[in-house]
Amino acid sequence: MDFFVDLIQWFGDNWSGDTGWVARTWEHLWISGVAVVAAMVVAIPLGAWLGHTGRGGLIAVSVVNIGRALPSFGILALALPLTIWLARTTPLIDSGIGFAPTVVALFLLALPPIFTNTYAGVRGVDADIVEAARGMGIGERKIITEVEMPIASPVILTGIRVTAVQVVATATLGALVGFGGYGRFIVDGIATQDRLELVGGAVLVALLSILTEVGFSALERVVVPAGIRRRRRSDVDPFLAT
Amino acid sequence: MIGAPFFRWDWVFDHLDLIWDKVAEHLVLTGIALGVGLAISVALALVGLRFPRLYPPITWVTGVLYTIPSLALFAFLVPITGFTTLTAEIGLVSYTLLILIRNIVAGIQGVDPAVREAAVGMGYAPRRLFLEIELPLALPVILAGIRIAAVTTIGLVTITALIGKGGVGFFILDGLVRFFDTEIVLGTALSVILAVVVDLSLVLAQRLLTPWASRRTPVAG
Repeated sequence: MDFFVDLIQWFGDNWSGDTGWVARTWEHLWISGVAVVAAMVVAIPLGAWLGHTGRGGLIAVSVVNIGRALPSFGILALALPLTIWLARTTPLIDSGIGFAPTVVALFLLALPPIFTNTYAGVRGVDADIVEAARGMGIGERKIITEVEMPIASPVILTGIRVTAVQVVATATLGALVGFGGYGRFIVDGIATQDRLELVGGAVLVALLSILTEVGFSALERVVVPAGIRRRRRSDVDPFLAT
Repeated sequence: MIGAPFFRWDWVFDHLDLIWDKVAEHLVLTGIALGVGLAISVALALVGLRFPRLYPPITWVTGVLYTIPSLALFAFLVPITGFTTLTAEIGLVSYTLLILIRNIVAGIQGVDPAVREAAVGMGYAPRRLFLEIELPLALPVILAGIRIAAVTTIGLVTITALIGKGGVGFFILDGLVRFFDTEIVLGTALSVILAVVVDLSLVLAQRLLTPWASRRTPVAG
């Protein structure tokens, strides 16, 4: 019981300043948001276009498998020499440690699930509906944006949700390459054998991950058009690879 | 960095024994996680199938476990179980549960009711119906789940390097700490290779175990 009292005490003592958990929350959210939005900007148009044309089916399948096989810890570690090299040889970034390698790794890890779900969602749109839209004289581009994407929106949003949760989780590892965020508490807690910092950080990461999951699930309910919602939600399951 | 070669094969050849040890450790950690995870998942899936009311809470709890980042889970456990294999395995097993349970349940539920009825009509008792009809027919879906769980677990094992385990993740962490790129590349590449080899072995196993099932295209996740 004493431990819980101490833990609550820890939260009370460590909330303010640059290294407090409020500032760390902001760092964690900011980098996760940047990575997910950047990945959406790249992966959604590409996935929608390939899904619309029906090209690249093999690529889509390979991307899922490769995405799963890549160890996030390895990608993060590999991003470090890359960004250090970029910082030395180009004026693109000031520092090759901290934010840069973490955001690069998170971006790369966010691409596969967003791409594949967009591809699968658009590809899965009933061909008759697309044909009807074409018959009504709607242009190919508008078919993608106004017919296929809304119908595919539950699948696309599931991809974004799965990705966001994964990115929030992986951002924790950024502390190993000099980034802040919640991982700082865990990595420093392990290094200094400080149980309170370790568990305090873990509580924060766990809460943020669960909030991300819950928040995006709620968003799905709001964003998905009412007519599609009931029909589609039940058959979206990212784990059933059948 | 500029002058130094990006990948030093000589270092790799000098450390083959260590590499082999870490690969073996990686496979053992993964194998235990999958074995224990499968045992728990089968039990929970059977409970969920027998008592459908219990299925939502089961997926809810395992869903929460799946959502908690691995590093946070290890951090919770370290004060209790220390820097041990047990800590690593509790974390790894908890990530396999959601994937496996959902696939087992979906697999069994996906069995054609007509097949089930025919078996009952032929006098199959519930236990025999499950073991000889439902389970074999659900096997492709269950194996698909095992493949996802295996590949995911192999990636997660690398993170256990932070609690003193890690398999080939040891090289990633060591490379990071020493600013030695060769080790980072080696650790990451070995993890990917292990994932691909294990995945292909499971595909092969699936072909041998379920020769009647045709190949279907995977859905994303």
